[in-house]
Amino acid sequence: MNFVIPSFAPAIPEIVLLVMASLILVADTFWSKRFQNATYYAIQATLLVVGYLLLTSFTAETVYTFNDSFVRDSFADVMKLFTIAVSLGVFMFAREYLAQHKFVSGEFFVLGLFGVLGMFVLISANNFITLFLGLEIMSLAIYAMVALRKYDGMAVEAAMKYFVLGALATGMMLYGISMVYGATGSITFTEIKEIIASGQADGIVLAFGVVFIVIGLAFKLGAVPFHMWMPDVYHGAPTAVTLYIGTAPKLAGFAMLYRLLYEAMPGLVTDWQQLIIMISILSMVVGAIVAIAQDNLKRMLAYSGIGHIGFLLLGVIAATDNGFSAAMFYIIVYAITGVAGFGIIVALSRTGFEFDRIADFKGLNQKNPWLALMMLIIMFSMAGIPPFVGFWAKILVIEEVVAAGFTWIAIIAVITAVISAFYYLRVVKAMYFDQSEIKGPVEIISPSLHWGLSFVAILLLALGLLPTQLIDLCYLSI
Amino acid sequence: MSFEQFIFYVLAAIAIISGLMMITVKNPVKAALWLVLAFISTAGLWIMAQAEFLGLVLILVYVGAVMVLFLFVVMMLDINMSILKEGFTRYLPIGALAAVAIFALIYMVVGPDHFGLDKVAAPDMKPAGYSNTTEIAIPLYTEHAYAFILAAVLLLVGIVAAIALTLRRRPTGAVLYQDIDKQNKTLAKDRFEMVKMDAVVEKAVVENEEEDKK
Repeated sequence: MNFVIPSFAPAIPEIVLLVMASLILVADTFWSKRFQNATYYAIQATLLVVGYLLLTSFTAETVYTFNDSFVRDSFADVMKLFTIAVSLGVFMFAREYLAQHKFVSGEFFVLGLFGVLGMFVLISANNFITLFLGLEIMSLAIYAMVALRKYDGMAVEAAMKYFVLGALATGMMLYGISMVYGATGSITFTEIKEIIASGQADGIVLAFGVVFIVIGLAFKLGAVPFHMWMPDVYHGAPTAVTLYIGTAPKLAGFAMLYRLLYEAMPGLVTDWQQLIIMISILSMVVGAIVAIAQDNLKRMLAYSGIGHIGFLLLGVIAATDNGFSAAMFYIIVYAITGVAGFGIIVALSRTGFEFDRIADFKGLNQKNPWLALMMLIIMFSMAGIPPFVGFWAKILVIEEVVAAGFTWIAIIAVITAVISAFYYLRVVKAMYFDQSEIKGPVEIISPSLHWGLSFVAILLLALGLLPTQLIDLCYLSI
Repeated sequence: MSFEQFIFYVLAAIAIISGLMMITVKNPVKAALWLVLAFISTAGLWIMAQAEFLGLVLILVYVGAVMVLFLFVVMMLDINMSILKEGFTRYLPIGALAAVAIFALIYMVVGPDHFGLDKVAAPDMKPAGYSNTTEIAIPLYTEHAYAFILAAVLLLVGIVAAIALTLRRRPTGAVLYQDIDKQNKTLAKDRFEMVKMDAVVEKAVVENEEEDKK
């Protein structure tokens, strides 16, 4: 038996994350009674430390370790850094919400941190087993977080739907993975790529496997026709959890898509491209049209998220380095916008009142003009109106899909973007031109949230005015 | 047909029949028992494929632990089966159609055309002293140590989730808890107090009784 101990250095951020998460899990039971916020600060400090470790060891070269089951490249580093940044924001907003709704619990933060660990594993996966385990760690943490408010019937129902459908999708994906393994005899992405390129593997078995893998991916990203869980889960979950689900896991989901389709199976591009075209167009159309009928902002944002995933997949359809870079830029922008969009609902909710109907935003401009302006920026950015950053995200993916020769898809994308602008602008209209139905002032629940929300919203504007750095970062890392 | 093939087909037939019975039978306890039979026959198939360790673990873990726990849960819950079965016949045609279509597709892909003996050679027969357990253990703790640790993390997250979702801390006023330390530490003077008081002469109650009679 000849076994060389692998290098641990590339995985130090993950190791620190796991050790700290386990430590906080135990420590929480001791300190939670005396210091209510200790767990929260410990989690944020851990995220900062892990972010620092990533920044200092940032690498442009590709390193494999643990018998090629772990990969560290600039794509992984950039995605992880944004996962950290987004999670920092999410936990900050979530704490205030939990305090307002009187269900402060250490489990929320600990499960959230384990979820981040799952995302890290997923982003760095280089074989099917680690990819699957990362996905399951992330999903299991999220299922539990949705149901954490256990006396709330809607939250429990949402968790059940999410859990059952999620388990089914994971099963589909595993079946597809077993097919690819059966055809290639390998679970390592780099090896699978070579075997497919050499033409030794059975094409029909591979195509069959790819179909199931794409189904699993589409479910995890929430793309049509596997989107049914999204509105119910987003609506039913406590807003703090919706904020968590709607942002960081999408980054990990995109990383999973990139690793599976582009790193492991670029040889099967003709097989998965057709599937992705179908899913992308359906997502954009359903996201644009069904969202119009929603009167709950969380449901509307869920459908808008489905539409955004459709746009993101445009970059995947292009199936080039540049296409995936554009998609990466799109998902990062989407995650940041998501923090702001769900963050504003969190920031305005009070005990016993969720502030998640569009009608609640009526006349916001008279009550609180600054907040209305922030919401305006968020909605404009989501709709893709210049000069906000959402515009650059949309234009890049459309450019890439046109460059790949699919002009007709780009035309559909632009039409759906125009349709979806209608419901974003409807919120703006409610804020500026309607009379408020709420008596009394509309205030953000705490000053730190006020600063946080203003920061994220202004970031959307700043990134829209100076997008070059972030775009370059995405184009260099793939 | 060799003896091995005969055993294989018998076990496979049992697995398929018990699987079908498991999803069609009405009583959930019986369904669980059919599932146990499906597991046992699958374990037999694995042992025939020279995966003795996995076959035995399947029996120990799934039949011995998971299904027994599942039976406990089924017996403790009062499930109304008529509600669960609602719409079964309504969706049966479309469900059967989808099942047949998927089965045909899977057969076309996984069948002899793509995984026949000419494509994938039959595995060698292992010698008598061959240890399945070692063969699994060595890669598990070396090559796949990273995945092994991640699986442990997954279980830890599962435990945290289960405890967070089921633990109900009720306020101390609502439930009475037994504090054994406190009970042991009590002294007689805490529990029993001698009070000195004057003797009280009881009032006569006859008068009241008469008033009640009115």
